[in-house]
Amino acid sequence: MTQPERSRNAAGEARVVALVSSGRHPVSGRAGRAREDARAVEMGLALAGASLHLAHAGDAEDAALPEYLGMFHGLDGAGGPGELSLLPMAAGDDAVPLLATWLEAYGANLVLTGQRAECGEGSGLLPYLLAERLGWAVATGVAAIEHCEGDRITVLQALPQGQRRRLEVRLPCLLCVDGVAPMPRQSAFGPSRRGRVEAVTNVTAEPDTLQAAWQWQPARARPKRLKVVKSTNARDRFKAAAAKSAASGGQVLTDLSSDEAAQKLIDYLRAEKVLPAVQPGEEGQPSA
Amino acid sequence: MLQTLLPILIFAALAVGAAGAVRRIRLWRQGRRTPMRWHRLVLMPKRYLNDLHHVVARDKAIAHTHVATAGGFVAAMALALVVHGFGWHNPILGGLLLAASLCMFIGALAVNRRRIDPPAKLSKGPWQRLSKSLLAYSVGMFLVSLPLVGVAPTLLGGGVLALILLALVAWGLAEMLIGMGWGGPMKHAFAGSFHLAFHRRPERFDDQHRDVAHDVHRGSRSTALFPLDLTAKTLGVEKPADFQWEQLLGFDACVQCGRCQSVCPAYAAGQPLNPKKLIQDMVVGMAGGSDARYAGSGYPGIEVGKHHGGPSDAIVPQLVEAQTLWACTTCRACVEECPMMIEHVDAIVDMRRFITLERGETPEKGAAAIDNLIATDNPGGLDNASRLDWAADLDIPRIQQRPEGVDVLLWLGDGAFDMRNQRTLRALVKILRAGGVDFAVLGDEERDSGDVARRLGDEATFQRLAERNIATLSRYRFQRIVTADPHSFHVLGREYGAFGGDYVVKHHSTFIAELFDAGRLSVKAAEPGETVTYHDPCYLGRYNGEFAAPRQVLAALGVEVAEMERSGYRSRCCGGGGGAALSDVPGKARIPDMRMEDVRETGATTVAVACPQCTAMLEGVVEPRPQVKDLAELVAAALVEPSAAPTARTSTEAPEEVPA
Ligand code: SF4
Ligand code: SF4
Repeated sequence: MTQPERSRNAAGEARVVALVSSGRHPVSGRAGRAREDARAVEMGLALAGASLHLAHAGDAEDAALPEYLGMFHGLDGAGGPGELSLLPMAAGDDAVPLLATWLEAYGANLVLTGQRAECGEGSGLLPYLLAERLGWAVATGVAAIEHCEGDRITVLQALPQGQRRRLEVRLPCLLCVDGVAPMPRQSAFGPSRRGRVEAVTNVTAEPDTLQAAWQWQPARARPKRLKVVKSTNARDRFKAAAAKSAASGGQVLTDLSSDEAAQKLIDYLRAEKVLPAVQPGEEGQPSA
Repeated sequence: MLQTLLPILIFAALAVGAAGAVRRIRLWRQGRRTPMRWHRLVLMPKRYLNDLHHVVARDKAIAHTHVATAGGFVAAMALALVVHGFGWHNPILGGLLLAASLCMFIGALAVNRRRIDPPAKLSKGPWQRLSKSLLAYSVGMFLVSLPLVGVAPTLLGGGVLALILLALVAWGLAEMLIGMGWGGPMKHAFAGSFHLAFHRRPERFDDQHRDVAHDVHRGSRSTALFPLDLTAKTLGVEKPADFQWEQLLGFDACVQCGRCQSVCPAYAAGQPLNPKKLIQDMVVGMAGGSDARYAGSGYPGIEVGKHHGGPSDAIVPQLVEAQTLWACTTCRACVEECPMMIEHVDAIVDMRRFITLERGETPEKGAAAIDNLIATDNPGGLDNASRLDWAADLDIPRIQQRPEGVDVLLWLGDGAFDMRNQRTLRALVKILRAGGVDFAVLGDEERDSGDVARRLGDEATFQRLAERNIATLSRYRFQRIVTADPHSFHVLGREYGAFGGDYVVKHHSTFIAELFDAGRLSVKAAEPGETVTYHDPCYLGRYNGEFAAPRQVLAALGVEVAEMERSGYRSRCCGGGGGAALSDVPGKARIPDMRMEDVRETGATTVAVACPQCTAMLEGVVEPRPQVKDLAELVAAALVEPSAAPTARTSTEAPEEVPA
């Protein structure tokens, strides 16, 4: 699915952007490609080839950016250098309005990104906030794009224990790529050196006022209680160790309208005292 | 009739040959240009007679054959030019010409005998024809020159016999002169002489060394890879024209003798690599065409005749499959054996550089190792701070605590993360303490030397690691670096120089040998009856010429070494170098298995090694097999408790065999 350079969102063609963030190596903590974002870029390259565009809101000097650009190789056609739009912002700024403004101006209609950043806030909320602001659909846990035709895209969503669910989503949409998606290609030095980082100047970041008001405290790792299976049978012990704790006490609801589904969720959250009483909200879940 | 036709023939052959030669030179000059050093041309004869002959003379019979044939031909050609070409019919010159032709004839006979049932390493096709052409030329030249000394003048006056003779001479001249210029087998003489003059590694020749004995082993005079300019437009070699022109010239000098093929461990293991075919493929690429005319052994498992190339066409995969390049262990056995002093490893690494740096297609495990090197400074992706975990109980001094400086900086290498190699390192620490050596380590400030990254073609990561290591080393004071890893030894000692890092680096075998020499180690006599053999690591032996010290150490232990057939500069690689263990190209056999077979043939029960990579590869061979012991382990086990040895600091002798 290659497309002519810079064609304006012509009907039936996706204008694909991958949002990338700065990753942190789990052992050394060095900046580099983030696991999921790199898979999002891989997915974008497989779909759109060299016409994939990258965007990053943050620091221009980030060591991770050239690494993403280094993935622009092995693409058919001209295989020109990768391009990344940099939306300059400080650590305390809010990326959501910045990205939303830029994505609209750019004319993107398919945005790929990881599910959660590896540093900073890392709440995993950005895709939802962005989709809400843009009024787009959002699909999470994407493991593969099956095909993309017209304004419809079919993706496989990863579920626990290797299960997959096929979703059809209408463009424009935002796909959050899961860690089980295909491995990202190697980042090569040559293309990373040729890749272009263009600072976008006509946007201004605003401080994230909500975040500024938060109270921060170090996370405490809570020990997990282990269920020790005292069986002499190795198979049982293995099964007990490998089994994911099956959800209990839930119920599977099907064939509900989105309003009914939302109501059920709200009722549940009320019962769990996560939400206070009163006020039925209107938080639809476009993702499935 | 002869008097009129001969000069015409000779000058016509010369002219056509010269036209071909000009075209050939153009082919070489497609490569990247470097400043011309014309004065080097005068070095050519001496390099030919001296340096080249050193390699050729490893096979005495061939050397004599070549001297007779080539010497005879050069003399016969020069004389024929004067006598027949310019018509100076001097009987003395005529006699000399007869003698030269005879000499060439004798050589040609030997060539033909070898060609009756040629060994598999030789190419056939035109090379088989060359043996006949040599006979034709020598016989023809001899007979047409007989009248000069007054023999059989009437016989050759005219008629059929004269025509036959002329045809023989014409055939000979066509092969020798026209073929030389137009890419026949004799091309090797023409390209070879220029190649010797303009060789990219002039240090390999005696004329660059005032003291000829300066390097006992010639093969290791110049073994560091050339640094790559990371700001160049394309990185590495994509197409033949990306090679430096001297390299193209070098490929053209190949005589297809197959010496490289017969020593290549990857070829022997049935992996799709044959250094001789690779060089011929480069020639095909430079001149354009397909490999169908190649008449030697191909890459195991890859059919000959299906690949093609051109000077401006990508080499991989049209001309050479990537697997071929990744199978090389960079053991340098081919370079060591090549009589034409061709640099196979440089070419392979150049092409790998393009694949890794531009295409991002390093084999999967190699790419993972590179990613780890970028993120954690070691190929395993481990926490660099755990580099000293194995020595938690040894109380090893850190160089950071010794601002006044130490004698020896012990470079651990990435073996420090490997449980097997930690035993070697513990043994080495024990030896250093027994010898009263003042040493310290860098600890978590040490990074991978960059060896694997560089051989996998990732020059960017290599240079980054080198620069950081050099910056670290510049902060501390030490007399020399000692390491148990020949790869670190080579890279620190010979490749960091280009980036401003000049150190005295010693391999632990050398250093232990010195301790023995100084009488600082006392050991108990070896158990009688145990047969030990020693495996020379490529990066210690061929790369750095250290063959003696490990044997000295074994001798000091009272061990008698049963040498393998392939030892010293002919040692067979363990299969672990050059990232080959990571790319792990499938073949019919495994290189370490073949090496272990070499060990078994000596009847040895122990094989002494001197490299963490060799240890890992050889220990990976299934039991039962001879046991694999590092030199340091053998020495440490034989140490007599240092009663009189002066200890630098209160050393707590740690129990040795316990892995951390
Ligand atoms: S590369 Fe060297 S060793 Fe190999 S065939 Fe050619 S001349 Fe012989
Ligand atoms: S360096 Fe060793 S493995 Fe590589 S081609 Fe030469 S002989 Fe073969």
